[in-house]
Amino acid sequence: MRREAILNIVLFLLLPVTAGAALLLDEPFIITLATKAAILALAGVGLNIALGLGGLVSLGHAAFFGLGGYAMGILAAHAQSYTPLMETPFLIEGTKSMPVIWLVAIVVAGLAALAIGALSLRTSGVYFIMITLAFGQMLYYFAISWPAYGGEDGLSIYVRNGFPGLNTLDPIQFFAIAFVVLALALLLAGRLARSAFGLALSAARQNAERVETVGLAPYRLRLVAFVISGAITGLAGALFADLNRFVSPVMFSWQTSGEIMVFVILGGVGRLYGPVAGAALFILLEHVLGGLSEYWHVYLGLLLLMVVLFARGGLIGTVAGREVAHD
Amino acid sequence: MTTILLIEQILNGLQSGIMLFLMAAGLTLIFGVMGLINLAHGSLYMVGAFAAAAVAAATGSFALGLVAALIAAAAAGALIELVVIRRLYDRDHLDQVLATFALILVFSEGTRWLFGSFPLYLDVPAALSGPVTLPGGILYPAYRLLIIGVGLLIAVGLFALIARTRIGIQIRAGEADREMIAALGVDISKLYTLVFALGAALAGLAGAMVGAIQSVQVGMGEPVLILAFVVIVIGGIGSIKGALVGALLVGLTDTLGGVLLPLGFGAFMDQSAATSIGSALASMSIYILMAGVLLFKPTGLFGEG
Repeated sequence: MRREAILNIVLFLLLPVTAGAALLLDEPFIITLATKAAILALAGVGLNIALGLGGLVSLGHAAFFGLGGYAMGILAAHAQSYTPLMETPFLIEGTKSMPVIWLVAIVVAGLAALAIGALSLRTSGVYFIMITLAFGQMLYYFAISWPAYGGEDGLSIYVRNGFPGLNTLDPIQFFAIAFVVLALALLLAGRLARSAFGLALSAARQNAERVETVGLAPYRLRLVAFVISGAITGLAGALFADLNRFVSPVMFSWQTSGEIMVFVILGGVGRLYGPVAGAALFILLEHVLGGLSEYWHVYLGLLLLMVVLFARGGLIGTVAGREVAHD
Repeated sequence: MTTILLIEQILNGLQSGIMLFLMAAGLTLIFGVMGLINLAHGSLYMVGAFAAAAVAAATGSFALGLVAALIAAAAAGALIELVVIRRLYDRDHLDQVLATFALILVFSEGTRWLFGSFPLYLDVPAALSGPVTLPGGILYPAYRLLIIGVGLLIAVGLFALIARTRIGIQIRAGEADREMIAALGVDISKLYTLVFALGAALAGLAGAMVGAIQSVQVGMGEPVLILAFVVIVIGGIGSIKGALVGALLVGLTDTLGGVLLPLGFGAFMDQSAATSIGSALASMSIYILMAGVLLFKPTGLFGEG
């Protein structure tokens, strides 16, 4: 068995085993940390489709993360105040049901990714990085200056949204929801990478001219990948907002985009389980270093610098070696 | 809306545009010559502001503060170029983004550790704190006028440096073909350090001058950095002329949009709704401008290719 395959199984089991052990030891806080890691990993899985598979360095994925968060916040806020979202031309009510919120988050983030992607993908390289960053920032300022939903202060939701048949306020049950969603997203991403579409997308990353020569349109491939990527990150945003029962413009900030990218890189770009490893490591560092020093971001920055300069391929690349890179 | 208010806002727009130019010029030079995207440019802006605030507080002299800002930012720029940045020239943009993002984390938290989380204040010198009367009876703060003047002088100096001096020739040659100028005997790594320190010094100066109007705090550089990116995208990467035009466009759009849009909506809807829609749209206006430019010229107004 390849080393990466073994590592993937370990990584996949890491979160549920941690959460299970925490349940036995009666440490609900650890369960919440594992839930956070699973949700952030989901955001990373989304970004990894654009970044790892498509080679699209998007520094604006906070836009989709935030839109997912606000989809949850706005729907739940209307449900908790019993006011309809809009009355004309037809009635839309708020909701506290997770599946409905997820659907809305996926659709909204996907549509936003379609619009942002359609514009940004006209360019490439550095332009693409700067433009995605700028669009993310546009939504950030919009969220701050739009007073209807809390503006700069954000929105608080008093009770976590419900999922049919489960008690979402129980940490382990909410963890189970987040983990199953993550597992499904990993399954989808793995399937996608091996599908005809994924192969064409990878080819477009490596040599766009050749892809064009065989009659495929790189622009369209990339746009579809960007939309799928944005939609998954949007779903993660809705879950993240539900975890905190709070949304604020911070979810849209460029630091969020940077952090989602850090999960992917710490784990290893283009590796299916890279975001899982990266998010778990990030949460671990936040917990351990954050306990040692208030200024733990300094250490995170230095570590990231070391990974970029000396340990290319991230955690999985370092452990599993380069020979098993996914392409 | 009176004409006087409008002129005042146009001057404010010019002032913020010219400061953006100082940021964008460094970024676009660094990208043009070394092919590097530097997210940590905002940190150098912050370093300049903190150095100015610390030195001005210790000596009581604003001018010494500005000198300190230039020196500190240039030194910080040269240091990170020597230690980190030069390992990134041959890497892809993803590695550059990550490494410079890591530098932001180190700089921001390091500054927070040194100076604390509370904003510092940098006072405008007493001689410049009052207003001056412009032709037409418009009162405008002298300091802001000085900023516009200094910014324009630097812009002229930068154009002269690039068009007329030996260093400028090397910089332009470096943009065109770096192997060739290395082969012709120019010490390319020294040139790179110099360009990076020059860009850093411009950012530091901008940080110090703006710091006297706003507060000096950790994280002050990143919003400006992102605006500078918008400027570069509009102007075209690598073009100093594009950076100047883009910066003025962004500065004016941002300032005038914030004033005119709420007023414009106020003409046909009630005041509170107009203010909220107007200010929300105004906050998006420069990005809409950027999207508009991209639709017609994907490489920016003065970009090549």
